[in-house]
Amino acid sequence: MKEHVPHPDLPPPISNVGVIGWLRSNLFSSWLNTGLTLLASYLIYLSVPPLIDWAFLRADWFGDSRDACNSGGACWVFVNVRFDQFMYGLYPAAGYWRINLAFGLLVLLAIPLFIERFNHKGLLAAAILFLYPVIAFQLFAGGSFGLEPVETTKWGGLTLTLILSGVGIVASLPIGIILALGRRSEMPIVKSVSVVFIEFWRGVPLITVLFMASVMLPLFLAEGSHFDKLLRAMIGIVLFQSAYMAEVVRGGLAAIPKGQYEAAEALGLNYWKSMGLIILPQALKLVIPGIVNTFIALFKDTTLVLIIGLFDLLGMVQTAITDSNWLGFSIEGYVFAALIFWIFCFSMSRYSQALERKLHTGHAR
Amino acid sequence: MAETETARDPNTLSEDVVIEINGMHKWYGEFHVLKDINLTVRRGERIVICGPSGSGKSTMIRCINRLEEHQRGQIIVDGTELTDDIKHIDQVRKEVGMVFQHFNLFPHLSVLENCCLAPIWVRKMPRREAEEVAMQYLEKVKIPEQAQKYPGQLSGGQQQRVAIARSLCMNPNIMLFDEPTSALDPEMIKEVLDTMVELAESGMTMLCVTHEMGFAKTVANRVIFMDGGEIIEENEPETFFNHPRHDRTKLFLSQILTH
Repeated sequence: MKEHVPHPDLPPPISNVGVIGWLRSNLFSSWLNTGLTLLASYLIYLSVPPLIDWAFLRADWFGDSRDACNSGGACWVFVNVRFDQFMYGLYPAAGYWRINLAFGLLVLLAIPLFIERFNHKGLLAAAILFLYPVIAFQLFAGGSFGLEPVETTKWGGLTLTLILSGVGIVASLPIGIILALGRRSEMPIVKSVSVVFIEFWRGVPLITVLFMASVMLPLFLAEGSHFDKLLRAMIGIVLFQSAYMAEVVRGGLAAIPKGQYEAAEALGLNYWKSMGLIILPQALKLVIPGIVNTFIALFKDTTLVLIIGLFDLLGMVQTAITDSNWLGFSIEGYVFAALIFWIFCFSMSRYSQALERKLHTGHAR
Repeated sequence: MAETETARDPNTLSEDVVIEINGMHKWYGEFHVLKDINLTVRRGERIVICGPSGSGKSTMIRCINRLEEHQRGQIIVDGTELTDDIKHIDQVRKEVGMVFQHFNLFPHLSVLENCCLAPIWVRKMPRREAEEVAMQYLEKVKIPEQAQKYPGQLSGGQQQRVAIARSLCMNPNIMLFDEPTSALDPEMIKEVLDTMVELAESGMTMLCVTHEMGFAKTVANRVIFMDGGEIIEENEPETFFNHPRHDRTKLFLSQILTH
């Protein structure tokens, strides 16, 4: 009888590994691929050097009027001079520290959430969700603790963008989850209410919602009753986005195999426990890309509040470029606004990818 | 094995009835899946249910913990009748463990967390105690070293053993097995069957839907044959395999026992 000798492991062929292997298999694998590689290189050569030249090499950075901009490159002086307004809107300069404090506090509070060994994450998260908004609102609006009151109409710039999107993100996820569960419910009334809500809000454009909130709603309210415009816009955004969120979450719920529901039931878990412990953690994990996509869309959609007279970052930039002292620098303004939006959206995207990797526990059924 | 032999002797079985099904019917829409099911299970009994696919055998055991609803007749589990009353359903599910064909472990939780979850949230057991109990059962199914892994990192046979341990952690009186080895690779069937035999020897009341006739012969007190939503024949394994009464049973046995 012949003994079986296992075949030894051999190193892979040289052409498959290393820099040359990578180049060959990714950039020059065929004639078409080679052609596309060359074309792309040419396009990069055409566009990137002039851009760097304009934005950095020939740009003017410091000064206090348009006279400082004479080198023909980008005039960052404009952004520099208007920076405070882009960040804080029309908020009184003496109160900037209040906004800084509020956001600084949020960052400080959030840091422990990212520390692996910190044990009271749930408690802290609850504090951030329920206690922090109260503190932040006191700081922003003032009127108590000896703080000068500042009307919400003066809130603006990036501050307003962050407030609107922060509230939108934090409120639309739980409402969306409830709606998604409602839509999958076996109770006919719960189900139809959810369906009608979702389909209504998904069916109207956000601009219409904001117009309704700002122009129509006051007509229906009692004479003299005051209902803050910013609050109305916030509610509009939250209801609108939660309808989208509901559909994203529903997609995740539908992807969970029936066996998971059955196993949870068979172990004696009731509806809320099986949803909260078994189904939702898996469903939400599955749809992280969709959820973050909705968050990013929401973040950018907040710019629409411009049409009802609230001035977010983009609104402030647009006001600034119509200033007669700075005519002709709209490109710099828009590039700056785009850069800020991109930084936030890209961070969200990267965070979601990191989260997906962290929560990945291997495929299983 | 001596213990099994005595337990298999019908005279030594307790008279204590744990499951009683009287004239139970079930429909899926227009389709009459279960027809006049009558079954009495005594404590410590081990019943194997077999039959061709679509015969309603899975549906029947799924009615016992109300994963499926029956429309007529009566199911009484450990003194609690299954009705629409959610309290009764929860009560029964606490006492009845179930093992599924596709394991249905929770992939986002570690093996240990899979086992602890129900004792903590349903039985209100303190976490530390639940973990001790879980480790005890994981040792019983011979995979304590996998406790920190996720289900996706285990083989099919290991996953099914975890699923058995997970059910046992709730300390059930009755265990239902719904084709526990059908989704497994052949070399993994034995490890799961060994676990089930051990469980049988400890005196657990078991209802198994399975095609493992070897298991039926060594472990069962009674074998039930179902076809077309009805119980066609039930008997002790010896008689069932050697002297089946019905032609349909003979045909089925000839099909699964000879290849």
